[in-house]
Amino acid sequence: MIEVKNLYKSFQGQQVLNGIDYVFERGKTNLIIGQSGSGKSVFLKCMLGLFKPDKGTIEYDGKPFSNFSDVEQRELRKEIGMLFQGGALFDSMTVEENIMFPLKMFTNQKKSESKARVREVLERVNLEGTEKKMPSEISGGMQKRVAIARAIVNKPKYLFCDEPNSGLDPKTATVIDNLIQDLTHENDITTVLITHDMNSVLEIGERIAFLKDGVLAWKGTKSEIFQTEDETVTDFVYSSNLFQKVREAQNKKL
Amino acid sequence: MTYLHSIGEYFIMLKGVFGRMTKAPVLRNLILKEINELIIGSLGIVAFLSFFIGAVVAIQTALNLNNPLIPKSLVAYAARQSVILEFSPTFISIIMAGKVGSFITSSIGSMRVTEQIDALEVMGINSQNYLIFPKIVAMFTYPFVIAISMFLGILGAYCAAVLGGFVTSDQFITGLQDDFIPFHLTYAFIKTILFAFILATVPAYHGYFMKGGALEVGEASTTSFVWTSVILIATNYAVTQLLLS
Repeated sequence: MIEVKNLYKSFQGQQVLNGIDYVFERGKTNLIIGQSGSGKSVFLKCMLGLFKPDKGTIEYDGKPFSNFSDVEQRELRKEIGMLFQGGALFDSMTVEENIMFPLKMFTNQKKSESKARVREVLERVNLEGTEKKMPSEISGGMQKRVAIARAIVNKPKYLFCDEPNSGLDPKTATVIDNLIQDLTHENDITTVLITHDMNSVLEIGERIAFLKDGVLAWKGTKSEIFQTEDETVTDFVYSSNLFQKVREAQNKKL
Repeated sequence: MTYLHSIGEYFIMLKGVFGRMTKAPVLRNLILKEINELIIGSLGIVAFLSFFIGAVVAIQTALNLNNPLIPKSLVAYAARQSVILEFSPTFISIIMAGKVGSFITSSIGSMRVTEQIDALEVMGINSQNYLIFPKIVAMFTYPFVIAISMFLGILGAYCAAVLGGFVTSDQFITGLQDDFIPFHLTYAFIKTILFAFILATVPAYHGYFMKGGALEVGEASTTSFVWTSVILIATNYAVTQLLLS
């Protein structure tokens, strides 16, 4: 569980986060949605400790991040998996070396043990047999799946995903979404997922936080987002014709 | 102001580079990989350039020595002095700023652009140490490259001068041993070590702190080459003034 209390962050006088309070629950996919420039990425980077918040606290399972010593911070980072927008695979390494990287850095496992674990997670993301390929030799969707495999290889307690399905075709995007949700449930991970893809919201939005101009404008679940009358939310979520119709149909059934 | 900012940032980066160390076995592999890429990969071009620059220096000196009072052995003396003092350490380093320097900038820069450096940081790895420290250690084998370059430069001079019929082999060897000051070699290697450090860290700085996309990676490589050369030449002047005059 990650608890954010009264979080403020500004850059050169420009206020980006304006007092956010939110709880990211364990074993659930917590989505952060919002327009470009609404502060989603800054929020994520504050949680990861890449940016230092101006005010407010971020608590990992009840312990505030700002109170962590350097050693504790490093220990915490071993429990964090992060999936970057572009995958951020190391392009000088093969798929296997990429996934094995966190194991090599943080555990004293034997090479055979690490290799077995790599095979296990590769199987989990349905990519058996790609061990020896370079990231440039596989497709975008496969790269994302390798990145997921790398993020979960060390059995993290927290998983952060920055727009996991941007630039993917709708089918692959759904595969990635469902994979992240399944992994979250299987391993009881606190998953935080930034997205502006409405398919993901309606598919895996177990908890949704809607950011607008650096404040939390709305929170709820995917079933609530269909019914909400909050105009800022409906403006954003149902900006496309198709989704408006989906909403009408869904609400009629209910 | 921006220059002051950059200089400060550079030294803060160096502090980070020598800060928390990456796991020793991982670091060892990285160092070997960097030696292979930066040093072994440069041997071919360095050998080629050194041999022919040495040869051209010898031919130019021979052609310009028309005064019968000046002994022919001076061809070898001039080649030795110019190769050891400047051509090998300084000129080869400028060429390496283009070859090794732009490689370092673009490889670190593209890691920055594609969030690979952020990925390292999120995992709790000291990315400056992980990326830059192995390059600095690998570049400490750079004096060996310069030693090879000196040897080949003088060999080139010998081939051009003797096989080209400008001097006899005996005259060349006499000239080569004439007035030799061993401290010149010490001086050459002291500045080579300084150059090696500059060649590893200045391009790394330009790559590590770059912002933007693919186009900016290209721009960063160019800026990095310009600044590495300027700093090399300025250091060369300072070291020469301090050690030789």
